[in-house]
Amino acid sequence: MSTAAIECRGVKLRAGSRLLVDALDLHVQAGSRWVVLGPNGAGKSTLLATLAGARRADDGLVLLGGRPVEHWDVQALAAQRTLLPDGWLDPFAATVLDTVLTARYRLGEADEHGSSVAGQWLARFDCAGLLPRDVRSLSRGERQRVAIATVLTQEAPLLLLDEPIAHQDPRHQALVIDELAWLKGHTLVASLHDLNAAVRLATHALLLNGRGDWTAGPAERVLTAEKLSALFDTPIDRLQAGPESGFFVVRPPR
Amino acid sequence: MTSVRPQRALAALVMAALASLALALATGSVPGVLSALVDSSAVAGARSAVLWQLRLPRALSAFAAGGLLALAGGLLQALLRNPLADAYILGVSGGAAVGAMLALLAGAGLLGMQVGSALGAFATLAALFLLARRAFFGRLHTAARVAEEASTSVLLTGVMLAAFAAALLSLLLALAPDVQMRSIMFWLLGDLAGATDLRAALASIVILVVLLALAVAQARPLNLLLRGDLQAFVQGVDVRRVRRRLVLVSALATATAVTLAGAVGFVGFVAPHLMRQLVGNDQRVLLPAATLAGAVLVLLADTVARTAVAPLQLPVGVLTALIGVPVFISLVRRL
Repeated sequence: MSTAAIECRGVKLRAGSRLLVDALDLHVQAGSRWVVLGPNGAGKSTLLATLAGARRADDGLVLLGGRPVEHWDVQALAAQRTLLPDGWLDPFAATVLDTVLTARYRLGEADEHGSSVAGQWLARFDCAGLLPRDVRSLSRGERQRVAIATVLTQEAPLLLLDEPIAHQDPRHQALVIDELAWLKGHTLVASLHDLNAAVRLATHALLLNGRGDWTAGPAERVLTAEKLSALFDTPIDRLQAGPESGFFVVRPPR
Repeated sequence: MTSVRPQRALAALVMAALASLALALATGSVPGVLSALVDSSAVAGARSAVLWQLRLPRALSAFAAGGLLALAGGLLQALLRNPLADAYILGVSGGAAVGAMLALLAGAGLLGMQVGSALGAFATLAALFLLARRAFFGRLHTAARVAEEASTSVLLTGVMLAAFAAALLSLLLALAPDVQMRSIMFWLLGDLAGATDLRAALASIVILVVLLALAVAQARPLNLLLRGDLQAFVQGVDVRRVRRRLVLVSALATATAVTLAGAVGFVGFVAPHLMRQLVGNDQRVLLPAATLAGAVLVLLADTVARTAVAPLQLPVGVLTALIGVPVFISLVRRL
């Protein structure tokens, strides 16, 4: 049995008085790629922040490498996991390279490989031409890809990504999903809204309905038309024949 | 954005600091004071007294006060991610003034006033962070919007504390006997006439160096903190610990500066701004640059304040504002 990269035991998440997630048991194995799906406000971002140790679970335990995440030293934690938050902040003028290099903080001043690692990830997410630009002069989609490259430059094996393909055009949506699916040596937990991107990326899926209920398991058993229709309260079909077979199609709600 | 090479900017600032120090020591009604450094004849005796007992303590105090105020302002601006933050606007200087006034009215001398002002500064900062502690030291802010609201709430609390301190001051002024009015007014505007103790001046320089070193040691995490609590935490910054340390540094800096020079406004606000234009927002460079710039600004202002209409002396705070405001407005307009 392979080890769990991160694990939830009886985790409860609240937002004010609303119960978002109740008694969540999750076993994310090293090397797997989990996709988190659910309607707006279902607690996807809250769950990712909790897994990252940035907020406490309202009940239950989050274990990283078998140890409660809040017991980890902040700098040691940064070597284990990283988080792409929803809405990355670039509050002041800085070059793209300097922005990406913030992710090397945990490695101290004498970090020789920072620039080459940063350059490599920027290139893989089609940002190589942006290197000398000021981050604030970039479009939102470009900024998001720079943020993804930043997160990977941290070189933590566990990636927690909140809507990584937000603001991406179709070409870059496909590119980002492909790159993430091909990552070696990483464990991934990503929230997504695109069902077909989820199918391409996921080995496992977690559905959150925002009223406490959840479903978790291997992608082929969880990402079904029936379960997704119920989750989003909208008719969703999966095409069965033709070249597009396997694709999800969302019908307008009646 | 015009960024000068950091080493060059810092070197230029050190040169400016030394030049302004030499100017401050050489300027005044007794000429040739600097020659007392190398000349030990009888004539030089009186000049030596002027140098060691009057000009040097005063120049060093001005230098330290300016540097400390600029350091505190730079730190508060970074911690609150708001360019409006500074000890004066957050009510800390006002609180210090109330403390000094209470000491004066209670019949205390200069030393009592200084102790009173330090206590006032600390009490105000303590009240500020106690009132706003949930916003500032509580949970990590996981959303950008929440973090912004938190920093705004600290700033608003500070502005209200400043208003409260101003009201208390007016009340005390109304109750104060006329004979004390003049010295009170000078103190409120910032005044270095009382800085004649060389040991105290040297001690304040040591405090400046120590606090600057402590702040620069936290400059790397502070750079990340500027980008947002959540990002900094994810990348390995112990957000709460860094913030606690830097708040303490800025409190000590403000209290020391106010004790030295009274309520000199504006320096803590303008020096970090000027330097941010020049060297950018990397706190490892910006904090020492702002500190040096603040020190030079107050030292030059004080040199003008004690010589412009000699033998009358002007309060240094008036000069820093008279020079600083036009410079600042012209800078903001260019942005």
